[in-house]
Parts: sequence; C-alpha cells; structure tokens
Amino acid sequence: MKDADPRSKGKGQELHHDAPVVDLSAEVAGIRLKNPVMPASGCFSYGREMARWYDLSRLGAIVVKGTTLEAMPGNPPPRVAETPAGMLNAIGLQNPGVDRVIAEELPALRPYGVPVIVNVAGSTVEEYVEVARRLAASPDVAALELNISCPNVRCGGMHFGTDPAMAAEVTSAVKAVSRHPVFVKLSPNVTDVVALARAVERAGADGLSMINTLVGMRIDPERRRPVLANGFGGLSGPAVKPVALRMVYEVSQAVRLPVIGMGGIAGGEDAVEFLMAGASAVAVGTANFMNPTACVDIIEELTDWCRRHGVRAVRELIGAAWRAK
Amino acid sequence: MRRVRVRVVDQHSVARNVCRLWIEAESPVSWTPGQFFHIRVGEGTEHVLRRPISLCEAADDRRFALVYRVIGAGTRWLADRRPGEPLDVLGPLGKGFPLHSGDRRALLVGGGVGVPPLVQLARELRRQGTAVISVVGFREAADVMLVEELAARGQVRVVTEDGSAGTRGRVTDALTNDVVDGADRFYACGPTPMLRALQERLGRRMPGYVSLEERMGCGIGVCMGCAHLCRTPDGGTAYRRVCTDGPVFPVEEVVFS
Repeated sequence: MKDADPRSKGKGQELHHDAPVVDLSAEVAGIRLKNPVMPASGCFSYGREMARWYDLSRLGAIVVKGTTLEAMPGNPPPRVAETPAGMLNAIGLQNPGVDRVIAEELPALRPYGVPVIVNVAGSTVEEYVEVARRLAASPDVAALELNISCPNVRCGGMHFGTDPAMAAEVTSAVKAVSRHPVFVKLSPNVTDVVALARAVERAGADGLSMINTLVGMRIDPERRRPVLANGFGGLSGPAVKPVALRMVYEVSQAVRLPVIGMGGIAGGEDAVEFLMAGASAVAVGTANFMNPTACVDIIEELTDWCRRHGVRAVRELIGAAWRAK
Repeated sequence: MRRVRVRVVDQHSVARNVCRLWIEAESPVSWTPGQFFHIRVGEGTEHVLRRPISLCEAADDRRFALVYRVIGAGTRWLADRRPGEPLDVLGPLGKGFPLHSGDRRALLVGGGVGVPPLVQLARELRRQGTAVISVVGFREAADVMLVEELAARGQVRVVTEDGSAGTRGRVTDALTNDVVDGADRFYACGPTPMLRALQERLGRRMPGYVSLEERMGCGIGVCMGCAHLCRTPDGGTAYRRVCTDGPVFPVEEVVFS
C-alpha cells in the first residue's frame, strides 16, 4: 500500500528529497494505521494536554486512559516514584467514567482523524461488558483494549489477567457486545504468559497489547515505609524492556493475533526491536514523561532507521528475529 | 508549549545542600511567579522522571534562577552542571500565584525549600504597589537562605526550629497580630504540616494561596501522578493535578489529610 498521507512522513524526510520513502503503514486487527506508533494507555490521558505539544494527527493511533463504568477517584499520593531506568506508578485508574469519556473526551479527538483505542477497566465481568456496550454506541471508537492487568486497584482487573479461564470469560463476554475489535492487554505478572494469550485468543480476542507494568515497590529507608501510598505499584520504563521483548517474542509466535508491543520503548531502535520480536505496532508509555514529544520523535527515528538499513516498509521488520526465520 | 533550550549561566550553593542555578533560555518565555521548570537529569534513560523546580527569580524573560535542594542522584547530577552546559527543560509549567492589584499588603509565608518561589512573588507584588511582609522558617542557621532577596522587597522575619538564627520556633509562632493584621492576602509555600497549620490559622482571616508539592511524573497533566485532594464546588472532593491545576491553589480548595 502506498502511503497517501504526507503527514505520516517524518519531519526530517521533507529535507532529503532524494532519500527513499519508507512505508510506515501498519495494520492491527483490521485497523489501518499510517504508522505503527501510538501512546500507551495511561501515559497520554485523553489527549487534550498532549495536543499542546504536537499535532496528534501524526500518530498511528491514540490509546486513551483506562476507563471504568463509574468515575474513579484514584489512589492517595504519593502515586509515582522513580526507579533505576524506570518508574513505579499506582494512579488507581483515576478517570471520569465512561459516559463522560464518550460525551466529552472522545469527540475532542475527532479532528485528528486517528484511530482511537479505548482502554477498558473494571472489577467484574458485568462492569467490563457495560463499559464495552456503551462504547459500542460511540462513533469515536476504533477498538477496545481490555485492561485485565492493572495492578493498582483492588479488583482492578489483574485477577482477570492472571487466570486464563477468567481472562477468557471476560474476553468473550466483551466480544459479545462490542462491534469493535477487542485487544486484550496482558499482564507480565504471570508464570506462563503464552497460556493467557492462547486463552484469550480462543475466547475471540482480535489482538493483544503487551505488556502492562510489572508489580514492584520502593521503600523509604528513613521512614521505614513503602514510598507509594498504595504500597505496590506498576514498574515501567526502559528497565522492563527486556522482559517485554521476551514476552512479545514468545507470544507472537504462539498465537495468530496481532500484538501491540510496549514496555520501555524510548527511541526508534527500541521500536525496531519490538517489531522484530513480532509486534505489529508499538506503544510508547513512560518515555512520554521523559519527553512530551516522544511518540513523534520515535516515528522519525524509526523512519531514519529504516532508511539507513534499506528497509522500505516497516512491516518487513515484524517477526524478523523469530527463530524460524 | 514546548521544550526550552537553556544553558547554565551560573550555579552556587546558597545554604546547606541547596543550590541556586541560573539558566538562560535561547528565546524569551512567558512566566509567572510560582510556576516551575521540569528538568531532565542524568544521561540516557537512567532517570526517567524530570525534576520539578520552582522559579525563584526572573532577571527578564530569558534568565531565571532556580533554587533546589540536593536530595538524590538526580539533583546531585544537576548540582554538577557548570556554566555553558545545556539543559533539557520544559516550562515554565503550571499555574503560578495570582496577583491582585488592589491589595495593600500581602503576607508571604515560606518553609525550607518552599521559600524560593516567594522571592519573585515579592518582587511582582512590590512592582504593583503591594507591601510585602515575609515570614520564613528553616530547621537551623545552616539552612537559612534568600533572606536578603526578600528583605530587598519588604520586612522579613526568620524563624528556626532550634533558634540558631532568627527567632526560635515555627513560622506559625511568628504569625503575631502585628504581622497578620492589615494583610489583605497570604501566599505560602512549604511542607504540608506548615500549610495545614496556615489553613487553620489564616484561612478564616484572609484569602490566601498555597503552593503544593507532590511526587511528580510527566509535569504536563497526562499521568495523574502528582494528585492532591481538593474540594469540589459541589461539596465533594477530587484529586487534582499539582502540575497543571496547580501548583498554586486557593487555600480553601485544598484538603490536607
């Protein structure tokens, strides 16, 4: 497919007219993306603030914050703490609830013309289903991402994400009411991530997002207490990249579902590694906090990498590191 | 909103483990006292979170002094920056101290590293003709800083917990009637127990603003990391973002648990 949209090209590309054009287009679960880069849920809120830093139409997709049926107040502070090459968060899914998200947040993203993936969180199957049912009526949704892996709220979904039978149950229940493709966001806090992936594939999932954060903690030695008010939090950032890559590499070979890979992507070459591990697209999380323009910088760096390596289309990279190849 | 290319102009210690960093932006930026800069520290991806540091002084629209306490590896890295070196800075960010031109007198209350943002605030207040009286508290004499800068804009009372400089006690002990009476408004920045005490002591007597501190993630309003509980107009409470809804809030809106 020829890339018809000039906005998808990196800014630097226009400066080198003789440079070969790199086809950045990607496809996940039938959704065509002009490039494979999107923000990770929870690192982008609902987009309004980021729109002050760059033109959101440059993104491959937008993944908005974890959305629940009712508004969630979130956890008491401290909610974040830095760790070596990473950070812990225990935000607690603070969000205004699905009705306000549909009425106020999603319509504001319309002008960018980018597919919007809504991260859906809940504590019961019924809650996931109800959120999905309401989102099915919204014209502003391209896909759902089932958050069965949030470590930071009690019954915040992670119990669904660590038990293959429960993961399958919530996936098929949501599929039954959703008219959109359903991605399931997998937790790395399991012994056998492939078993989870296979279970949600059998239950009808259209794709996988992986990985969510790893449960961790920090202790303040002066106070002799955990740093986070919640005690535990989710570890993210470059520190988790090797774990994420390994899981994407394993799962993408074991299932037929497209994978959106994430976990510590901070530069274009990180994105290349995830594609080579088998991801069809990538999401950028913590790097948005290092640098607000991280997503668009990574699109440019990915383009440059491809050009330097004679890669004409990024999709050639998908699974390039698999053993069978 | 953008990243600002800045260079270090000067850096010196102003008190025990506290540095004053002068930076110069490549192009002018608009600012208000009470806003903060979000500074990338370290090399590579060793430190993923920027360090929020409030604006202490603005020489003009390009040159700013930031005063911060060296508390860990990130701020130690920052303290080692020398004149001419570049810094990756976002800002100024957040909502600063609102100025009310009709005020005849303002009371400024600062504790420890909460004192720096009051310096430029005092200048802006004086510039609009508001008299300033400052009450600043520190643990001990080695921590006392920025008193001359504040004294250039009005009366200053210094208190230390051990009495090694100024009066012994806490800032609330120095809020005697002669200091409080006649003030149209107060502005405060400092540790939570101090702000909570001020909310009780001054909150009913005059309007005021407090600048809050929480562990911060993105600094630009997307991560919800720096949440602080606030009162909502409907009588409830909600977590608001210190980085974008604040760091300065009207004192009556803040809940101190």
